[in-house]
Amino acid sequence: MNTSLSLSRRGFVLGASAVAGLGAAPSFAMTENQAIALVDKVVADINRVIASGKSDDAILRDFETLFARYADVNIMAQYALGPDGRAASSGQKRAFADAFKRYISRKYGRQFRDFIGGRVEVMSARPIRAGFEIKTTVFLRGQSPYEVTFHVSDRSGQDKFFNIFIEGVNLLLTERSEIGAMLDQRGGDLNRLIKDMKTAS
Amino acid sequence: MSALDVRRMTQLLGLLSFRGIKKAVLAILAVATLTACTTSQDPAARIDGFNDPYETQNRAIHNFNKGFDKNLFRPVSQGYAYIPVEIRDLVNNFSENLATPGEGINSLLQANLPNVGIAIVRFGMNTTIGLGGIIDAADAFGVPDLNTDFGETLFVWGVGEGAYVEMPIFGPSTQRDAFGFVVDFFTNPFTYATVDGPLRIIPPIAYTGAQLNNRDKFKGTIDALLYESADSYTQSRSIYLQNRRFELEGSVPQDEDPYIDPYLDPYAE
Repeated sequence: MNTSLSLSRRGFVLGASAVAGLGAAPSFAMTENQAIALVDKVVADINRVIASGKSDDAILRDFETLFARYADVNIMAQYALGPDGRAASSGQKRAFADAFKRYISRKYGRQFRDFIGGRVEVMSARPIRAGFEIKTTVFLRGQSPYEVTFHVSDRSGQDKFFNIFIEGVNLLLTERSEIGAMLDQRGGDLNRLIKDMKTAS
Repeated sequence: MSALDVRRMTQLLGLLSFRGIKKAVLAILAVATLTACTTSQDPAARIDGFNDPYETQNRAIHNFNKGFDKNLFRPVSQGYAYIPVEIRDLVNNFSENLATPGEGINSLLQANLPNVGIAIVRFGMNTTIGLGGIIDAADAFGVPDLNTDFGETLFVWGVGEGAYVEMPIFGPSTQRDAFGFVVDFFTNPFTYATVDGPLRIIPPIAYTGAQLNNRDKFKGTIDALLYESADSYTQSRSIYLQNRRFELEGSVPQDEDPYIDPYLDPYAE
């Protein structure tokens, strides 16, 4: 399966109209092409940011913007916080999602230099309960190719990612474990965790 | 494992003439039949779950490993990194080439004949055109990568992964894979245990060089995991098990769908 933009041109048009329908009820009509188009778009945007020549800090801030645009941050943050989030107020949940966005984009975006000169090839797509699973192979300079799988859904109202697997390692699952440990380290103090996540380097 | 499998394996044993391998494999068959009954092919303990009854000891070893990394391995890898990467990569190639015949044997034990062919081609090309293995000539000709071990052979034979264990120095593993690691050391043709004479020092030196190079190449990820995680033990256990299961089972559809649906039940444990 190729990732040529022409192949998913129709997907772009459909995707654009889905975005235009923001605020309307979720369409639940995301197609496989739309899901693949999303992968293409985010990879193109990441490459654009990396090639921008800005400072590291500015690049990481741009990654945060991309993460907010392409990922369903709320549902991911909610899952990552897990049962500890049950007792959280809606204000805390919002603040945590914000801190989570920064934490993830910095943690995984920090090594963006490895991605220079790299490319992503979509290998397959299959429907899953919430949307689509897109398998890709990532080719980075000086490394063996490896498999990255995206889970995409439109349940939020827009086509967005809600999970990523890198060589079988489930990002949400791994982060849920780590955030649980971070919370334990702070004696269960969610406000302190949020504050620390917002100010960490 | 059925009686037929055992018989087939004994026939394979007759074909192999490496010193010690028969004894080792017979011992393994005994262990395998024991552990196959008790280990976690059970879906409840997999994917999300793990089997870590030795957590206390594992955590102690993990702390030792972190100290070893912080005080010795990491600093040495930083010094090693002054060698130009092109030369460091030659050492990696050489070390990987030494492992190829062992991978061929394991592929044979797994009854994966295409991989046996790949191992033969890789070793042949890299040793000759690749100047004794320092150049990955097979890669230039598009020959696929090969990466297997006795732990995978045990997996193919139906042995479950067993309990999680962290090995001193060598890091996260499972009972099955740690066992496989030891077996490989004694049965692969080019290890310290199997080469005779003064040349026997070469495989461990090449292996160490390759690991130092890898430590430096992935230092971003490894440093963050070991030194910036709230719980590096849990993180490395989780990441190792997920990746190893993925490596062994690949993209084959599994019994239960491992994917998470946060839209369904966000607080599902």
